[in-house]
Amino acid sequence: MSKEWIGKTSNKVKNTVDRLLVKRFAESIGDLHPIFVDETYGEKSKYGVNIAPPTFPRVFDYGVLEGVDLPMKGLIHGEETYQYERPLLVGEEVYCYTIIQDYYERKGKSGDMGFVVIKRVGEDAKGNIIFTEIQNVIITEAVRKGINV
Amino acid sequence: MKTMTEFKPGETLKVTLAPVSRLDLIKYAGASGDFNPIHTIDEEAKKAGLPGIIAHGMWTMGNLGKLFTPFLEKGFIKEYKVRFAGMVFLDDVLTLKAELAETSGNDLFFNVKAVKEKGQEVVKGSVHFRLYDAV
Repeated sequence: MSKEWIGKTSNKVKNTVDRLLVKRFAESIGDLHPIFVDETYGEKSKYGVNIAPPTFPRVFDYGVLEGVDLPMKGLIHGEETYQYERPLLVGEEVYCYTIIQDYYERKGKSGDMGFVVIKRVGEDAKGNIIFTEIQNVIITEAVRKGINV
Repeated sequence: MKTMTEFKPGETLKVTLAPVSRLDLIKYAGASGDFNPIHTIDEEAKKAGLPGIIAHGMWTMGNLGKLFTPFLEKGFIKEYKVRFAGMVFLDDVLTLKAELAETSGNDLFFNVKAVKEKGQEVVKGSVHFRLYDAV
């Protein structure tokens, strides 16, 4: 049962805010601002270095959740939240992990739906939180039958 | 351009994007690592019961966030929260909007949304922008 997923926590994975990945990501959202991609501009900026766009943490690896069998297909992304303590700096190392924060079911128009609340965290090397992501994902009945939850 | 400290409630930031293209979504898939094929391959989208490929919700959220990019040296995005309310298809033209709802000291609270040509809101949410220096 998916209720058992609640509280499951992944391993922590070291990621780097890679300059080239930041550039590719900024380009893909049409946001090639020099604060993200121009090294000299970054050095002269308030941050002393380039920063990453606020939705950049999409690219990070958040580890593996043992025993959580979320399907790859048929999930509906319902809501998304990013909370930051400060912007991500290009070149820094970020330690990322995932927690299943909640799971609940509701009756919907097209059958029972499962709601998963996934929390992803990025910390610095000292364990200070830089950002937290909360993602609400909906599992439709057809998909739930496929994974027997 | 006005600085954010000059903003009053009701101040609006707005940009209209070029029609959504397959290449936009292929680039986002590659850059983000989200290779769910319903965003890039027609047959897979149809198999999933969709009329055609749909944009990654996070692509739209990412685009919407750029309204704040010019201000990222005066402050930063403390919280960015959205609900995905509708699907975005190829050739849709999105207008991105942010409207300052209220301010409290160094904190500015915006309502943000991405809207299709006919007014359908596909992404809706809020941005809490925190200025570094006292107003």
